[in-house]
This record gives sequence, structure tokens and C-alpha cells, in this order.
Amino acid sequence: MSRYTPWLVLLFFVTVPLWMRDQYYLHILITSGIFIVAAISLNLLLGYTGQLSLGHVAFFGIGAYTSALGSIGFDVELFGYILVVEPKPVWLAFITGIFVAGLAGWLIGKISFKVRGAYFVIVTISFAEVVRLVALNWIDLTEGPMALNNIPPITLWLPGQGETTVWRKLPNYYLVLAVAAIAFELVRRIVQSRIGRAFVALRGNEPLAMSVGIDVTRYLVIATVVSAAIAGAAGGLYAHYVRIVDPDIFLFIYTVTMVIMVIVGGKGTLWGPVVGGVLFGILPEFLREVAAPEVQWIIYGVSMIVIVFFLPQGIVPALSRVTHELRVAASPIAQDTKEGEG
Amino acid sequence: MEQFLQHVLNALILGGTYALLGIGLTLIFGIMRVVNFTHGELYTFGAYMLFMFVMSLGTNFFLGIVLAIAMGVLLGALTEVVLLRPIRGADIDTTMLVMIGAWIAMQSLEQLTWSGIAKSVNSPFPVEPLVMGPVSVSWARVFVFAVAILLIIGSHALIHRTRLGKAMRATFQDRETAALMGVKINQIYTATFALGSGLAAAAGALLAPVFVVYPTMGDMAALKSFAIVILGGLGNFWGAALGGFILAIVEEFGAGYISSGYRDAMGFVLIILVLIFKPTGLFAQKERVG
Repeated sequence: MSRYTPWLVLLFFVTVPLWMRDQYYLHILITSGIFIVAAISLNLLLGYTGQLSLGHVAFFGIGAYTSALGSIGFDVELFGYILVVEPKPVWLAFITGIFVAGLAGWLIGKISFKVRGAYFVIVTISFAEVVRLVALNWIDLTEGPMALNNIPPITLWLPGQGETTVWRKLPNYYLVLAVAAIAFELVRRIVQSRIGRAFVALRGNEPLAMSVGIDVTRYLVIATVVSAAIAGAAGGLYAHYVRIVDPDIFLFIYTVTMVIMVIVGGKGTLWGPVVGGVLFGILPEFLREVAAPEVQWIIYGVSMIVIVFFLPQGIVPALSRVTHELRVAASPIAQDTKEGEG
Repeated sequence: MEQFLQHVLNALILGGTYALLGIGLTLIFGIMRVVNFTHGELYTFGAYMLFMFVMSLGTNFFLGIVLAIAMGVLLGALTEVVLLRPIRGADIDTTMLVMIGAWIAMQSLEQLTWSGIAKSVNSPFPVEPLVMGPVSVSWARVFVFAVAILLIIGSHALIHRTRLGKAMRATFQDRETAALMGVKINQIYTATFALGSGLAAAAGALLAPVFVVYPTMGDMAALKSFAIVILGGLGNFWGAALGGFILAIVEEFGAGYISSGYRDAMGFVLIILVLIFKPTGLFAQKERVG
């Protein structure tokens, strides 16, 4: 793919609301966009370091809860002291959510990367379950199953307009698009830097990576922190867009949705989560009319198996292989076109 | 003191089924190097099979248990042959993804077949509990415990006293050498997966009359099995058996004396403690994944 591709794709998404006026479809695009941000964060771990986080929804939910709680304020009794937090500006709460999610990622990474193998998967999946139990049971803080209501929407400072509260769908769309673009660029810079090369090295052959002086555990923890922080940002976007957060945000099916987006799109490619995210963000809307939700999940599960069996690299690498072969076939001299990371 | 004894008794009874779940998972992991995410679904499947045989078809309860376990063994063998055999030799992540896909598909299929409404299974046991001095326990739970212990002893005998078990242990130690010695690896894998799945289905079928049956009941069972397996050390039979009882004791006392809302979080706390202080599991063997 050429260096202009990201800009062309961005331009396309910027112009979408110009020709698509339907508010419902816009809503679908916004929620898909939020999930794409989460999928991009998951891809950093799963695709580039080869570590599957099956509790990614925990970081997403922690970002959502922190951002929501910060912006509506709370008081809670901790070890006999009463901690009162006044409502903070939404942007500050949003950033705090990113930090807290990153911190959770650091803790999980520190503990589970003491050993390799299946441990990280099991620790993350259990962690998500525990966070859900906390959200359900710590009613003083989270309102439990009654959910956090009336979460304020995000307030932005826009040139010419001053402080603007993002109520409507259109500015929300552009906000999500901006965050997605930043997440994409952040991950691109990381994976094309020294750190990213270390990730790929340890994914391929850990003992070899270690032998050339890569501190494997440290890099894995870094990847987890960045990934968790981006997922937290997605969670914050979600909280202030939907404006209600309940413990169901930690349901396992959301993690599965992210994993499927990354796998189907192509793990370890920059565009994989975007392609997979658009596909699986829009697909449920078509399936909704023809199939019950259970059937939709069966299709998800089966498509995951089918992809691993027949297209193990995902759609994006398969596509770039096809275009590569077409280009080679079209040119009189077989060019040495670079087949690269998205 | 009475309360304490009652908690110990409850933990013992619950621990039996936890041990079944843990042993099934640890065998599959130890021998096949597969992180089996369908384990919880086999547990659910066992419970639904008992419901189908006893409540829908009117089979005798005890025969229903046997049939439910047999169906679990069959489904396990089928899963292995259809999903795992074609990707033999793939890395651990690939098989993990396939198993996650199978997990989601199976769970949704169960929901589609039996709806999301919780079902209960009648058992033929008397309603009056068995009273032993200060503590009491229902006969249904005594039955669960007895069958679980029998199955644990039976699986251990299968692994240590039969030719099939010997081949399994050989595969566990060194797959290539075992294959060179004439062990049919594919058959061993199918047998292992069927056995592990059968144990999970047994746990589900045994607990179905004690609790209720619903499609997502296996998720928690899967998480607890993972906790038990980490506790006991991946691939360790007695580690998993003891791990099951330890988890049950911690849960029972945690729920009784700390907070019942966090009962299901105790397994995670155990995992974290084990990973911090003894990452190879409490009963470490030499053999473990790197």
C-alpha cells in the first residue's frame, strides 16, 4: 500500500456524513468506530507481540467507568476515610480514564509475564470477570446493576466556537474518527520504531530475541500498557457517547468481537483491525433482519474457525498478496514489489 | 464452630466437581498442549444432556447421568477429530482461536436449542437432608461427591493402569519418541480430549440437579477450571485434583466470612497469588510449558 492510502481512507471517512444523512447509520458508524479503536489496541498485543488478551474488555470498561465517574463525581468510603471527588471537566476525566486503564495493563502485564504460555490469556480473562464483579458489587461507587446514568457528553474547545458540548451524532462521529486516526498513527509509529521491531522479534523467536539483548518481559509490559491505554480511550468515548455505563460493559462477547475483528481483518497488519472492524461493525445490522442474535453469534464463532482454517493471516494480507500478483502479472518485467505491513 | 464445619463440608462436596473439571482440562493441556476453551461448554452440554434425557425423554435419572457423560465423551471426540486434527502442529495461539470460535458457536447453539431460560432437573433423592451431628447436607450433594470421587479414581486408574494410559503418559513425556515407539498419536489425542470432555460433562450433569441449567453456566466453570489448573501446575493430575478442593475451600470461606458477592473472584485472587509466589503451580513437576 502506498503512503497516501491512510490519507485517502481518512478523507473517505471524513466525507461519509456528507452523503449519508441517516442518523441511525451514523450511530452504527460511531459504535463501529469505537470498537475499531479497541481492535487497534488489541492488535498491538495480539498481532505484534503474539499475546492474546482475552480480557481486553476490562481495560475498555475501566476507561469507561473512570471517565464516567470522574465527570459526574462520586464519594466513597475507603478504609474508614471518605473520599469525595467533585465532578471534573470531561476531558480531564477522559484522560484519567486512559491513565487508569494503562495502569491496570501495567499490573496485569507485570504479574502474568513472569511466565509464558497460556498464563497471560487466563489472567486477562479472569481479570475481566473480577472487574465485572467489582462493578456489580461495589454499589457505593458504581451503582452496581442500576448503572451510571446521565454521564455528561464530551466538551471540546473548538476554534471559533469556544467550548462546545458534543451532543449530536455528527460531531461525535468526527470525534471518534479523530481518536481512531490518532490510535492508528500511534500504533504505526510504535511498530515501525525500535520498540516495534523488538515486538516482532520476540513474537518470532523469544530465546533468539533475548540472546540479542531484548528485555522481552519489559517490552511485553510496554505493549500491554499502551494497548490497555488505547482500549481505555475507546471506553471513555463509549461512556460519553452512550451516556450510560453498567457492568454489562464487561461481557465477554465484547472481547470476542474485538478478537474477531483483528483476526478476520488480519492480525499484525495496521489495516487489519480497521477492515475487520468495519466488516463486523456493519455485518450485525444486515444479520439482524434475517437472523436471531444467537444465530449471529454462531456465525461469528464459525467464521472465526473458518478464517483460521482457510485464511489464517486474515483479509488484509490476502488482499495485498492478490494485488501484488496482479501487479506482477500486469507488468512486463516482474517487479520486486515490496509486500509489507499494510 | 458449626458454621465452620458446615463450610468445610460444603467445600468438600463442591471440590469434587471442581476437581473433575480441573483434571479434564489439565489432561488436555498436558498431553495435547491445547488451551481448551470449549471445556466450559462441555460442562454445560453435560447438564443439558441430563435435562434432555431425564426431563424431556423421561429416562431414569442414574441412566441419564451415564448417557450424559457418554454424550460428552462423544462430543469431545468429535471436536478433536473435526477441529483439532486438521491443525495439528499449529502454534498454541491458532488452536486457541479455533477453540474460542467453537466455544462461542457451541454456547449460542445451546441457547438456540434450549432458550436462555434456566431449566431445572428433578432428582430422585429425598428432600430431607442427611444430618450428621451439627452439620447437614442434601442427599443429592452426597451423590455428587461420591460419583466425583469415583470418577477421579477411575481416571487415575485409566491413566496409570491401562495400556491406553501408558501411551498417554508416554505422549505427555515426549511426543516424537512415543510416536517412534509405535504409539498412535492421533488416537491418543482423540482419547485424551474425549476423556477430558467426558469429565467436564460429568461435572455439569452431576451439578444440574443441584443448581439450574442455563446456556452461559459454562463460562464461570471454564474460568474456574483455568484457575484450578494454574493452581495445580499445568498438566499435573493430582495438582488439579487438589487444586479443585483448594479453590472450593477458598470460595466457600471467602463467601462465608468475607463477601458472598465476590465468591467467584476468589479463583482469580488465587491465580494472582500463585503467579507471584510460585508460578509453576503449588505442586510443581519438572514438566511445564516454557
